[in-house]
Amino acid sequence: MDTVLGTRVRPEVLPRSVSEGEVILRVQGLRVWYGSTPALRGVSLDIPERRITAVIGPSGCGKSTLVRAINRMNELIPTVRTEGRVLFRGQDLYGPGVDPVEVRVRIGMVFQKPNPFPKSIYENVAFGLRLHRRCGRRELDERVERALRQAALWDEVKDVLHRKNGLELSGGQQQRLCIARALAVEPEVLLLDEPCSALDPTATARIEALMEDLTRDYTLVIVTHNMQQAARVSDFTGFILGGELVEFAPTQQLFTTPRDRRTEEYITGRFG
Amino acid sequence: MTAAAVEAGWRRRLERRELAARLFVVACQVATLLGLLFVAILLVDVAQNAAPYLRRELVTNFPSRFPHQAGYASALVGTVYVAGLMSLVSFPLGVLAAVYLEEYAGPGPLTRLMEVTIANLAAVPSVLYGLLGLGLFVEGLRLGKSILAGALTLALLVLPLTILFSREAIRAVPFSFREAAYALGATRWQVVRHHVLPYAAPGILTGTILSLARAVGETAPLIMLGALQYVPFLPRGVLDYFTVLPIQVFNYVSLPNPEFRRLAAAGILLLLAVLLALNATAIGLRRRSQIRW
Repeated sequence: MDTVLGTRVRPEVLPRSVSEGEVILRVQGLRVWYGSTPALRGVSLDIPERRITAVIGPSGCGKSTLVRAINRMNELIPTVRTEGRVLFRGQDLYGPGVDPVEVRVRIGMVFQKPNPFPKSIYENVAFGLRLHRRCGRRELDERVERALRQAALWDEVKDVLHRKNGLELSGGQQQRLCIARALAVEPEVLLLDEPCSALDPTATARIEALMEDLTRDYTLVIVTHNMQQAARVSDFTGFILGGELVEFAPTQQLFTTPRDRRTEEYITGRFG
Repeated sequence: MTAAAVEAGWRRRLERRELAARLFVVACQVATLLGLLFVAILLVDVAQNAAPYLRRELVTNFPSRFPHQAGYASALVGTVYVAGLMSLVSFPLGVLAAVYLEEYAGPGPLTRLMEVTIANLAAVPSVLYGLLGLGLFVEGLRLGKSILAGALTLALLVLPLTILFSREAIRAVPFSFREAAYALGATRWQVVRHHVLPYAAPGILTGTILSLARAVGETAPLIMLGALQYVPFLPRGVLDYFTVLPIQVFNYVSLPNPEFRRLAAAGILLLLAVLLALNATAIGLRRRSQIRW
């Protein structure tokens, strides 16, 4: 038995070694239905490690469904049905014997609306750690500080860690707190589902700068309906329309020389 | 039409709209004051009747043939015993059932059936619960006309209420908190334990105390059960005979000596005091432990 983040993992279930170059996540023929309504109609794409991959598309196209399928959050909704494969370092996350709890430890998530717990800042960040491992007071303090520093929030909150409720922070601070909370459990991939759509431009800029820094240690997948944001921050971009992946390419290429007419129409603002 | 005529017509309609708005407020105020008025009349009337009996002996004396020596000691203690024991049963059962229905049971015909059944049970007349308790606990389990039988019967009576209140409180916890916890790799139990229950706790406690208040005022099911009307001793255990405040009041009212009616009025005030204390506790708990989001 190997230990990853305090959770016991059978090495043959989730191999940690990368054998397939720099691809960390390989989505293959992913189909998702809400009841009888299809949301994704067979999406395949490869997500490279330690890069920022953006997913763009008009509202309701299935881009959130795609990232929520990657860490198996969709199945919290009772009527959802999923088909296809999501390979994480070569291992199918939907395969038999894979525990969604373990998937979510290794693939973290930040949501559209900042959703800190109604607890102190410290407790917000420590929550994930406490779930998975027993660690002493000092180690916990260190990890909380490290996560808050990574999320560029430490200097603003270090004096009120225990006194201030997460919900008393500003919107942008709340979202960085949610990022720190997700980073504290040291995932390998961080999914960001429209993380800036509830924030003002200043807070958005801070989060974008932060994302750049995070690629040193993490693979990021960001859903956004803001095309400028995708162009600014990401290395690769996928365009989704009506539940299908229309085009997936290096960001530069997708925005300057799109191959599909629908991509061109979308990025030039002719619909969506 | 001239501009002036249009203007005048608009003004007339505006006045009519504002009159309607004022009338509505007055109607609301009258409705509120009417409720308060009736409570005030009731309280004044009861208090006038009860005045000579509002003394220490009211809660220290046992029932007696002589109104001036009679009191509510056994009834008050019986009420506390029955209500306390009932809470021990109905609170955990109600909260666990609510957690199951909200967090674990998926959607489906079976869940729907359970929901409808519980909602209907909450509306069943309390006399029927008395019959059920008589058959199930007094006769079936041979508990006799005991505190335990009374408490279990009332527990059945308030269980649907406790479940409904707890479900409301659990449902009021935003889904985004659950989502955040799941995304950090929490198991369902950890989500319930660390988020759903703590955030729903004030609502659950308030609901529990309100159902407790309902049980404390119940008379019919305990009469069906055969709770005694003359208990000149304090209960020594949960299998002892008992009486409760509303039954004692009911008993005193039905006696021929008019003095007992005054004693009954005093008993009503005592019961009201118990209920007000419970409700105040509920409000206090809600104030103190409220988590805002």
